[in-house]
Amino acid sequence: MREFFKHLRYVIGENPVTAVAFGLFALIVLLAIVGPVIAPFDPLASDTNNALQPPSPEHWFGTDQLGRDVLSRVIVATRLDLGISIAAVALSFAIGSALGAYAGFFGGWSDRIVGRVADTIMAFPLFVLAMGIVAALGNTVENIVYATAIINLPFYARVARAEVNVRRDAAFVEAARLCGNGDMRILAVHVFPNILPPMMVQISLNMGWAILNAAGLSFIGLGVRPPTAEWGIMVAEGATFIISGEWWLALFPGAALMLAVFCFNLLGDGLRDLIDPRQRT
Amino acid sequence: MKHSTLKLIARRLLHAVPSVIGIVVVTFLLTRALPGDPAVYFAGPAADEKSIAEIRTALGLDRGLPEQFGIYLKNLAQGDLGVSIGTGRPVVTELAERLPASIELTLCGLLFALSVALPLGVLAATRPNSAVDHLCRVVVTAGVSLPTFFTGLFLIYIFYYLLGWSPSPLGRLDFVYVPPPHITGFYLVDSLLAGDVETFRGSAAQLILPAFTLGLFALAPIARMTRAAMLSVLSSDFIRTARASGLARSKVLIAYALRNAMLPVLTTLGMVFSFLLGANVLVEKVFSWPGIGSFAVEALVASDYAAVQGFVLAMAILFVALNLTIDVLYTFVDPRVKMDS
Amino acid sequence: MGAGVLPVLKYLPAEAAGRGDTLVVVIGDAPNSMDIHRKGTNRPAYQIAVNLYDRLVTYGNKKLPDGSVMYDYTTIEPELAESWKFAADGKSVTFKLRKDATFWDGTPVTANDVKWSFDRAVSVGGFPTVQMKAGSLEKPEQFVAVDDHTFRIDFLRASKLTLPDLGVPVPIIINAKVAKKHATKEDPWATEYLHKTPAGGGAYMLERWDPGQQTVYKRYDKWKNGPLPGIQRVVVREVPSAATRRALLERGDVDLSLDMPAKDAKELMQSGKLKVTGIPIENCLHAIGLNLNIKPFNDVRVRKAVAYAVPYEEIFKAAAYERGVPMYGAKSMKPATAAWPQPFPYSTDHKKAKALLAEAGLAKGFEVPLSFNLGLAQWSEPAALLLQESLAKVGIKATLDKIPGSSWRSRALVEKSLALHLKNFGGWLNYPDYYFFWVYQKGRLFNSMNYTNPELEKLVDTTLHMPVKDAAYATNVKKMIGIVFEEVPLIPLWQPYLDVAMQKNVDGYAYWFHRQLDARSLRKA
Repeated sequence: MREFFKHLRYVIGENPVTAVAFGLFALIVLLAIVGPVIAPFDPLASDTNNALQPPSPEHWFGTDQLGRDVLSRVIVATRLDLGISIAAVALSFAIGSALGAYAGFFGGWSDRIVGRVADTIMAFPLFVLAMGIVAALGNTVENIVYATAIINLPFYARVARAEVNVRRDAAFVEAARLCGNGDMRILAVHVFPNILPPMMVQISLNMGWAILNAAGLSFIGLGVRPPTAEWGIMVAEGATFIISGEWWLALFPGAALMLAVFCFNLLGDGLRDLIDPRQRT
Repeated sequence: MKHSTLKLIARRLLHAVPSVIGIVVVTFLLTRALPGDPAVYFAGPAADEKSIAEIRTALGLDRGLPEQFGIYLKNLAQGDLGVSIGTGRPVVTELAERLPASIELTLCGLLFALSVALPLGVLAATRPNSAVDHLCRVVVTAGVSLPTFFTGLFLIYIFYYLLGWSPSPLGRLDFVYVPPPHITGFYLVDSLLAGDVETFRGSAAQLILPAFTLGLFALAPIARMTRAAMLSVLSSDFIRTARASGLARSKVLIAYALRNAMLPVLTTLGMVFSFLLGANVLVEKVFSWPGIGSFAVEALVASDYAAVQGFVLAMAILFVALNLTIDVLYTFVDPRVKMDS
Repeated sequence: MGAGVLPVLKYLPAEAAGRGDTLVVVIGDAPNSMDIHRKGTNRPAYQIAVNLYDRLVTYGNKKLPDGSVMYDYTTIEPELAESWKFAADGKSVTFKLRKDATFWDGTPVTANDVKWSFDRAVSVGGFPTVQMKAGSLEKPEQFVAVDDHTFRIDFLRASKLTLPDLGVPVPIIINAKVAKKHATKEDPWATEYLHKTPAGGGAYMLERWDPGQQTVYKRYDKWKNGPLPGIQRVVVREVPSAATRRALLERGDVDLSLDMPAKDAKELMQSGKLKVTGIPIENCLHAIGLNLNIKPFNDVRVRKAVAYAVPYEEIFKAAAYERGVPMYGAKSMKPATAAWPQPFPYSTDHKKAKALLAEAGLAKGFEVPLSFNLGLAQWSEPAALLLQESLAKVGIKATLDKIPGSSWRSRALVEKSLALHLKNFGGWLNYPDYYFFWVYQKGRLFNSMNYTNPELEKLVDTTLHMPVKDAAYATNVKKMIGIVFEEVPLIPLWQPYLDVAMQKNVDGYAYWFHRQLDARSLRKA
């Protein structure tokens, strides 16, 4: 464990941008956990007499078209957005990389089938596929997660397959086999951890995409259900108020969204450095 | 063309066939899974049971699913993608008009992204882990971290509404101009072919903001890939030899390193292009661009089966063709690259 | 930038170079056909029927106290028909057509063209046929071309709705000779041709149609059926984003924006830089529907409880931005007048609501989905959110259900399966009995509440064709309103305005029941 923290400190020290990314991520997780407690107002409580008020000492981020406090909504939305991105990515990572690793290791028919399925999904214009899935299944948070997971599956499958394929005949695999390890065990315990580093970047990029995806769906009207506080839908609704001068409705959730996606994007590099055994000091 | 290249093309096409079949089936099922009854939607206001039933028969929706699929395949084989109920025109016509609009926009966006991201990537690669490197990374990542519709509307607010610098976001061409005679469907090209400089300027002006919005999104992948590819090329033997031979720094960088780094960048470009084509949807809505994205959204919300199916099929085929082109280009650019199945 | 100098126009006729001669209009949804009779033609396509085609008659104008102009549904005026006379036995009406009226191709407009067009309208099915039926125009046998300039309609029954129904967008007069040239055995009404190419004699002709982008009209200078329009060229541009439409208007790059969101209308009005008119849409209500087929809304006490739990004031402020006529807070359960729409006798009173629920055995409340149309989210989403909050205060837990367009019509209107929903209906013919026919009669399309009441059925049937002057008319209407006051399957929220904003130099705008822009009356100062 101490080894891990020493390594973590080294990685952060090497790259200041990574440090910023990790710090930001920690902040986001913190907000997700304590958000609802520290929010000054009830994110769902409307107050039509105070609608569309600009930022003030009472409402730091102003109020929206129903008089709800924007700051509270932005804080509370952290949990949902983090949840969506982690769930979607975890799902597509787990299934995609498992499929891809299996296909890359064992080859043959599994390889062909996985390849075809991945190609089919990738040939769809991805956002439209997500739209189609959500439109067909209904716009709930679960369906948005499923749709995002499906459209991101092929990336993991491809990367996993390629990486496993390269390492399949490596010396350490031979060694493990000679020790009497079965194929599945080799795949799971020896090969898989080695392919994680290149996947890290993909994972963090996808986390960012998941949130942007949800935002795009909200703009079309297929996002989460109102009155749920979610950055994407707040930006989508707020965007139409920009022209009339109520910039705070879109800016603050937009900034939060941007910071989160930004953080995830930069995180990937740091995560890769952290996990890559070749980078160990 | 070399025999092996032809074989490559043939093999790739063959590989693509199951994917396309899969797409056709999935799209058909997906559209049928969409909620909503197009017959009701298009029977229009004040329609009663009888008119809805009439429309349903006219649309062929009263027959069983397998029969509908069979009819769809038969029409497909004859190049008939059906009629879009929303716009009342054949889907093929809609695609033929709207696809060039989207492609023109995406290409311009890509061009802008390339002109910024390539130099940035090269710059970052020559000074790895420096302040400049980090700055580049931050800038391009910022571009990809915002939803495109947000950037679009914000840009409209600042550059059109407040400053009045950019032309009105009315679509491809302001109403005072008449679209150039249709040859390629790209207004920029067609207006030049017709010798109409005014219309060329008009089309270009309308393209600036939306292309910029779209291009922002493509900066990151291109810059990252350029940087990574340049880094790995710069540390290779032949570059060391070139430097040792006393060649000028810029010549080494541009003529040798960049040329070789272009290969993975090319692949990324292809991926980015197809991704942008799909992400067009949101940008087109904000800028009133009559492209394929806005068409798809309207069709989806209205359960316009033929339109959705036609759109997805067109995009899928485009994607397959694009990948194939890139693979072929690859073999021309790098003779070392061997294509295995 | 903006409404400034125009560049050289290579392809446009020289006369159109002046901006004063062209009107640029922006709308959110574009027409999908040139033919209003075609199946699947959308609402925005009605503007083609209004501006490019003529009818036998049209409506007059009236000025409202605030200076804005609207059509006057009580006065019918000549368009193609110079005059008309009802037969002595009341069984038919004969129209004398203008002798000098011509179609765009120069050929004279004859009664045969009118007959062919009317036959078409009642034969093609779908919405046009239903609309013709509303005026008791049902069979081709009713239409007789007596001679080239005399046209007779025989009645199936006497109805006050027949003549007004001739002024709605549907009974257009098509150039039958041109249409018949393009008709085929499978397509006897030339729908394929007329879908893309209008063939009429209206005040405007089609200059170009770029589907999904713009429609451009140019004036037919030989138009005889009314005063010649003041604007030579009208460009109708599709701009899907409401925010963009507003920006274009404020920067002066477009002249008129039709059907603005309430908030934009309110703010633009206050800024004083543009002309904004808001006219209550006649016979139209934004309302809450309760489905009597779904428990517990079959119990009138529950329905009343909901009616008392609606936060009317807040909804009017935050969803309507006060651009409308409030439809709540009346003092008595018995209507004083036969005016429609009129405020319902309910206001926000959570105590009363809770008491009624307790009476119905639902003191603990219940759960219910609250559905609304994604396409109308502009007003229905804030209304739904506020309603949800207020219902929670009396124990009713509502979950919001946003339904996209095609699904909405099936579920709300055809299957009638939505328990609690936000809806909107506006009748073209401005009579309360017309509204009740569509919304309250058993099995009608817009009766999403599954409401039936035998007494109301009889009342509507008798009153629908009764002339307004009839002594029993007002009494019947008051009785009908009283019934729905008490039974409240529909809880009205407000009567919406049609908000239109234009540059200060645009004159002559008049509100029409079809909510489309009639460009024929516009001028640029």
